[in-house]
Amino acid sequence: MEMLKKEHQLTISVSPHVKSEETTSRIMWSVSAALMPAALMGIYFFGPYAAVNLALAIIGALAGEYAFQKFLKRKITLTDGSAFLTGLLLGMNLPGSVPFYLPVIGSFVAVVICKQLFGGLGYNVFNPALIGRAFLLISFPKLMTIWKEPTAAFIHLDAKTTATPLGILKEEGVAKLMEIFGDKINLYTQLFVGHRAGSIGETSAFALLVGAAFLLYRGYISWEIPASFLGTAALMAWVFGTKGALFAGDPLAHLLSGGMLLGAFFMATDYVTCPSVKRGQILFGIGCGFLTMLIRLKGGFPEGVMFAILIMNCFAPLIDRSFRTRTFGARKETKEKEVRK
Amino acid sequence: MAQATDITLWEAIKNGVIKDNTIFKLALSLCPSIAVTNSLKNGVYMGAAVLFVQTMVNITISAMRKVIHPKVRLPIFMLVISGWVTVVNMVMAAMAPDVYKEVGLYIQLIVAFASILARAEMFASKNNIRPSMYDGIGMGLGFLFALTVISFFRELVGKGALWGHPLINAKPLLILVLPAGGFLSVGILMALFNWLDARYSTGKTAGH
Repeated sequence: MEMLKKEHQLTISVSPHVKSEETTSRIMWSVSAALMPAALMGIYFFGPYAAVNLALAIIGALAGEYAFQKFLKRKITLTDGSAFLTGLLLGMNLPGSVPFYLPVIGSFVAVVICKQLFGGLGYNVFNPALIGRAFLLISFPKLMTIWKEPTAAFIHLDAKTTATPLGILKEEGVAKLMEIFGDKINLYTQLFVGHRAGSIGETSAFALLVGAAFLLYRGYISWEIPASFLGTAALMAWVFGTKGALFAGDPLAHLLSGGMLLGAFFMATDYVTCPSVKRGQILFGIGCGFLTMLIRLKGGFPEGVMFAILIMNCFAPLIDRSFRTRTFGARKETKEKEVRK
Repeated sequence: MAQATDITLWEAIKNGVIKDNTIFKLALSLCPSIAVTNSLKNGVYMGAAVLFVQTMVNITISAMRKVIHPKVRLPIFMLVISGWVTVVNMVMAAMAPDVYKEVGLYIQLIVAFASILARAEMFASKNNIRPSMYDGIGMGLGFLFALTVISFFRELVGKGALWGHPLINAKPLLILVLPAGGFLSVGILMALFNWLDARYSTGKTAGH
């Protein structure tokens, strides 16, 4: 054996033998990059204060990850981008006007409690950014629902507080929304561009769609979850959207407002917390859309995307189990038993 | 198995508070540890009630152990436990009505605590009165300790207050006094307790 030259020896390795260039960190950084247009639009509309909040959320997430891994003497994984992405997503899900300690607390909860305490990246049951937001919303209900009017001017800091389109839709109905935005076309345009009150990164539908298109093109997210999510939500908004009348709702206004697009494309599709089987992903998306609209139309909160995704996160393992793909060449279990009998 | 063990009070307390802590180690009786711990006062009163019931039940069962027929032991244990719980229930309703209004239901639920029945079955029914009493005190103190720590943490962070007195002049984390925060804080404190225990008692338990 020792006489053999190195190149003549056989290399024995387990599959997979062909590996692609993709790595976790590359995907994480790509998703972060895809979120950038929406984040920049948010900063443009809500000013430097919002930018500081975004930065604090990211710094908080990175610091939380570093401190925890240092503390437990684990490998420091700051460069894989997952903490950065969590912080960015959390920041984009906050109203631009929250005090500076909120994003820090939120990203700490997201990274340390929701992710690291469950075992780190890949082991978390829930989407960390959404858990951080849920924690903040329940802890600081007042601060988390103060929405500032978009100013689109960097110097003008003292914007008026106002309600989000969804809040108006919930409290005062479509008529009031029309009164504010004029006609439907103007409403859709404003929502599409992102000129409305809301969380920093959720307002600009256009920027979010650009980012989502990039991710779909690169294959980092699949169409199943966003399509079934948005489809179900649109259907429910159309059928049940108006009180007292069926099939009279406004699906487009519902899709473009709130965190629907941000949630459907960037948060429901998180690899760790969504089912990995395609058919299961469709069911997952339907569940998300259904719960979102249920909360929006019947629940106590004006917006339900966050809770819908978190609730469906719980079901992801169950969905995966029930939609297990059959191994190539294997027979169905029941038939196998019959054969044995 | 039925051999009588003789333990000192100190050993019993150490066992109840650290090694076999009802909440942090055995993860039993979690219902009250989440439901009543949103303020320090409630937590301490609840813990004291359990300490009393556990001790008295252990003494009573131990005293009666020779006359209880093994086949009917569980109903008899339950009767003894509910008797002592009724005592605590009435005393607390009379002495601390404000606390009773909030934790009254959970005081009555002490009857169903697995930890109390388990100690009666595993320890008091096999041992003399003195070690049984020590065991009851130890386990009860462990429960009191856990509830005190949890409610201290929850009231301080969730309300910025202790025993009803405001201490911190900042926006508190409201979630911690809500039920969801109960689960969070019990989980976090349980992890912390076990981590500290594993860190500082490795030398002693290395042989096990």
